[in-house]
Amino acid sequence: MKLRSAALAAAMALAGATAQADVKVGMITTLSGGGAGLGIDVRDGFMLAVQQAGRDDLEVVIEDDQRKPDIAVQLADKMIQSEKVDILTGIIWSNLAMAVVPAATAQGKFYLSPNAGPSPLAGKGCHKNYFNVAWQNDNLHEAAGAYANDTGFKNSFILAPNYPAGKDALTGYKRFFEGEMAGELYTKLGQTDYAAEIAQIRASGADSVYFFLPGGMGISFLKQYAASGVELPLVGPAFSFDQGILQAVGDAAMGVKNTSQWNKDIDNATNAAFVETFQAEYGRLPSLYASQGFDTANLLISAMGKADVADADAFRAALKDAEFDSVRGKFAFGDNHHPVQDIYVREVIKEGDVYTNKIIATGLSDHADAYAADCKM
Amino acid sequence: MTILLFIEQMLNGLQFGVMLFLMSAGLTLVFGVMGLINLAHGSLYMIGAFAAAAVAAATGSFVLALMASLAAAALAGALIELTIIRRLYDRDHLDQVLATFALILIFSEGTRWMFGSFPLFLDVPKVLSGPVTLPGGIQFPAYRLSIIVIGLLVAGGMFALINRTRVGIRIRAGEADREMIAALGVDIAKLYTFVFALGAALAGFAGALVGAIQSVQVGMGEPVLILAFVVIVIGGIGSIKGAFVGALLVGFTDTMGRILLPQIFALFLEPSSAVTVGSALASMLIYILMAGVLVFRPRGLYGVA
Repeated sequence: MKLRSAALAAAMALAGATAQADVKVGMITTLSGGGAGLGIDVRDGFMLAVQQAGRDDLEVVIEDDQRKPDIAVQLADKMIQSEKVDILTGIIWSNLAMAVVPAATAQGKFYLSPNAGPSPLAGKGCHKNYFNVAWQNDNLHEAAGAYANDTGFKNSFILAPNYPAGKDALTGYKRFFEGEMAGELYTKLGQTDYAAEIAQIRASGADSVYFFLPGGMGISFLKQYAASGVELPLVGPAFSFDQGILQAVGDAAMGVKNTSQWNKDIDNATNAAFVETFQAEYGRLPSLYASQGFDTANLLISAMGKADVADADAFRAALKDAEFDSVRGKFAFGDNHHPVQDIYVREVIKEGDVYTNKIIATGLSDHADAYAADCKM
Repeated sequence: MTILLFIEQMLNGLQFGVMLFLMSAGLTLVFGVMGLINLAHGSLYMIGAFAAAAVAAATGSFVLALMASLAAAALAGALIELTIIRRLYDRDHLDQVLATFALILIFSEGTRWMFGSFPLFLDVPKVLSGPVTLPGGIQFPAYRLSIIVIGLLVAGGMFALINRTRVGIRIRAGEADREMIAALGVDIAKLYTFVFALGAALAGFAGALVGAIQSVQVGMGEPVLILAFVVIVIGGIGSIKGAFVGALLVGFTDTMGRILLPQIFALFLEPSSAVTVGSALASMLIYILMAGVLVFRPRGLYGVA
């Protein structure tokens, strides 16, 4: 009897909550396994913005996809059908995004990507309800290619994991890099031993190495590269040098140049407040993933202030306006709902005992992606 | 490809194989002697790496870190054998898989609770950082060379233990006929705990050695576990010699496949598709090897009928 009344009370509390919550967001992200650091940062950044907005008409349901496409699809179905969410967000990995996003947007749901930006979704497969708040996958790599030209590299050895974002990465680098390719490799996703690849780099006669290996893969590569005695300069995207990775790599990463659309030293009031409150709330420095989660939530909140999510056309227009204070300073969407933004070159430095990045140059200004022309909405 | 690069890649294959041997030795003993499928073997590898990283951070000594990895993994192994694993010997393989899979989840979340989700720092000791120059001018990382040496020493020690000592005789006897050896007055329960803890210690040791050049993070054990199963199936379940030969075969096949296949396909495909096809096939190569071995030797290379 007691149990039943407790359940009844809980059900009533839930019903009360849903009656109040006008916008329900489903977040599917990676919270366990090898890629958990990325998902946790996106979630924490997102929830920090939600908490700061203090709105009681916004409810967020969070689930862990374990970096597995089949689980992500199940979670999306569950969120759309039984949780009745209005908006989905959170996916880190491009192969998971490709499995979830097209089906979700086809059912009339909005999807706000805080990380993955696979090229098909920016070009032919774009959708009016899909907004990418981070970048199209190629972007940071394009900036790295441009930076390699500026530095005078003529012959690059490039490698990335064999999955959609890895292919976008190398395509992006090659699109802007004008020199020769000393070698090109796709490694297994999740690979941890790079001895064979490093031996090939040594033998290739390259003058620089470009690598895209997010999460634990990058940690392994950097440590093994440092121990191998190969001393060619490394260039990478920010994913290989984010705040979560650097402490585990240590000295091996010092001085490496990498490209990012965000860094904690971008000079604006929103960013300064974000870095400070994130650190106070979670006890660590935010990574670029956290900044993307934070911007995604603020974009959503800005649209909620202008339109009702039930009116899809008005809400979409409000999202497209992107009138929120981004931690990146200026932020705008292109016609394919992907960002047009500055991409910076950063260098890994040590501040006291903590390894972090500082901006040393702007790689590309007001950069849009290469697939926008293929997008017909 | 030059001959020097080829030799360097052979050394890389050898190092990978030796590391796999440390991981598979315990797995094959436990499977062979006790008939237990232990999916949680990868968690013991992770425990070794985390213990080493924690001790290295606290004391700064890599030797102490290695000792901590052995002790922590052996302790964890003995503990789960006494409390859980021992109840599984008489059960169906499916029950064993279910229970040890649960152990993976418990260990992973437990480690996350203690150490957080972000990778830990564990570096190679200063003396062994950087490369050494081998005869012929090959540059090879000193640390990887030490892994090869340590691994071969452990392999030698394992052979001696199994073939030359009283404990080894008991282990082999337990494999052949466990009722008879119990009837002869050997405390089979103690023997099983010892074998399980030994296998766990080797896995933890491998985790610590490899953790220094890879990423120490939750879930690091599972990819290696799959490879270790491939190794013991190729080598023949229960055979230390089989595990050694199987580990080296897998190490060489995987390393050489990753380098050679894209180059072979480049001979008759355009570069970009050669890279894609070659890389995709390279990641399947060890499973093709396993299937090939099983066609001709269904019980593995050194398996007994």
